[in-house]
Amino acid sequence: MSKNHHEKIEKSVGLLGIFTIIAISFGTLVQITPLMFLDETTQPIDGLKPYTALQMEGRDVFIREGCTNCHSQMIRPFRAEVERYGHYSVAGESVWEHPFLWGSKRTGPDLARVGGRYSDDWHYAHLMDPRSVVPQSNMPAYPWLDTNILDGKYTARKLEIFRSFGVPYTDEDIAGAAEAVKGKTEMEALIAYLQSLGTALK
Amino acid sequence: MSSFWNLWIWVLTIPVLVLCLVLLLWNLKNFVGVPEDQTTDHEVDGLKEYNNPLPKWWTYMFFATLIWSVFYLAAYPGLGNYKGFLGWTSSNQGIKSLEESRQAVELARAEGRYVELDVENAKADEVYGPVFQAFAKRDVLDLAYDAEALKIGQRLFLQNCALCHGSDARGQRGFPNLTDNDWLYGGTPDKIKETLLYGRKAAMPGWEAALGDQGIKEMTAYVLQLSGRAVNEKDAEAGKAKFGMCAACHGVDGRGSVAHNLPFGAPNLTDNIWLYGGSARDIEETLRNGRYGVMPAFKETLGEDKVHILTAYVYRLANPEDLR
Repeated sequence: MSKNHHEKIEKSVGLLGIFTIIAISFGTLVQITPLMFLDETTQPIDGLKPYTALQMEGRDVFIREGCTNCHSQMIRPFRAEVERYGHYSVAGESVWEHPFLWGSKRTGPDLARVGGRYSDDWHYAHLMDPRSVVPQSNMPAYPWLDTNILDGKYTARKLEIFRSFGVPYTDEDIAGAAEAVKGKTEMEALIAYLQSLGTALK
Repeated sequence: MSSFWNLWIWVLTIPVLVLCLVLLLWNLKNFVGVPEDQTTDHEVDGLKEYNNPLPKWWTYMFFATLIWSVFYLAAYPGLGNYKGFLGWTSSNQGIKSLEESRQAVELARAEGRYVELDVENAKADEVYGPVFQAFAKRDVLDLAYDAEALKIGQRLFLQNCALCHGSDARGQRGFPNLTDNDWLYGGTPDKIKETLLYGRKAAMPGWEAALGDQGIKEMTAYVLQLSGRAVNEKDAEAGKAKFGMCAACHGVDGRGSVAHNLPFGAPNLTDNIWLYGGSARDIEETLRNGRYGVMPAFKETLGEDKVHILTAYVYRLANPEDLR
């Protein structure tokens, strides 16, 4: 029985766990690790701009309201998608996204290139009451965004943290961040964010 | 990919596949010291443990996955810089600009590489391109009364325009009605096409600071009077005196920029058609805060050939009768 090594692994949960982690780590090492060091996946595309202070706040509203639960931000390289949404998403567009909001669920349309697709007024009408512009829409309304005022308390800190991730914010950007969003509504911030999406490759 | 990461992937992938095979063969041996299908003498609550081998079909599945992985890695790009003998890719990689993307498509075609998306697009262009090109050669006025073109136009309209202008094209507050033949930038085929291709940005400034509360009230009265509404004559008179600042865009007579051949997109104020509402309160709001309507550009989204057909559809909406 002493020769039965398999039995040892089978009967010890700790040992089984360790070997499982080792087995899985090969996949991670091969598929994920190189991507952290390749130019194709770490260099921004031409003309990519960091989010402005207002857009950054809008991004956080986007995350808070769970927009990613229904909207992806990832145009796959299929003709049907490219025809509808525009050029497929490329890695260099997401290098300053922390975390990226690619999503994987599309109850609503993809938003990777929604910037400039509709007017600000349309977004306002649509977020206040989606059915007013798209009668068959099943998106919830977000009217409170229009009454929530940003105080800019954490805006500068947010930009600072993003700078520590390598996003090229200047000292002026950070110093002026709170002032830039003060008194704006969350609605304005969200629309500013949406209007910036995907515009660098358009 | 640098040679280091290329090597990294090869070294971690191929030996692991070999390791899987070794592990599989090794585990097929009988280590238990009991012949297959015999009891191992373990007994718990009357249940006996037998030494049952893995079903044969399951074992073969393991081998099949290994053989498949070898074929897959040989055929498709998976191992670092190795491209695979099929030369297949899903799309061009490492794009940094639209220009680079276009060049990559050209380059792949010149080198005869198989890029799935490019091939899909080329196939679609082959099928649908001639259809749109044939329509693009014909005059907009001709297409506007052509049943086939209108069918395509309607599809394009419902997919791209109906979100703002409504599926019946009659618009809503802030988004113009396209069926009433009242135009902000002109209703000729050329002007409609220009609007669709390049978009429009309206800029009605807010006059609150310049006019003051009393001035806003008076101007509201005059604007209402222009479209034939009964108002306080004295207020309207005072408003008229200040209308000079509005005349630059709306014209001295308030008939709007189209009537005066101006490119500002200032609406006709005399026709009782209102983009943002025609109540005294709506007009007052417009005067105070201004309006900044935006029509997005569709040149990149749809391309000129589709816009051509869409132009005909939009023209037809406002001109149901063929008067040629």
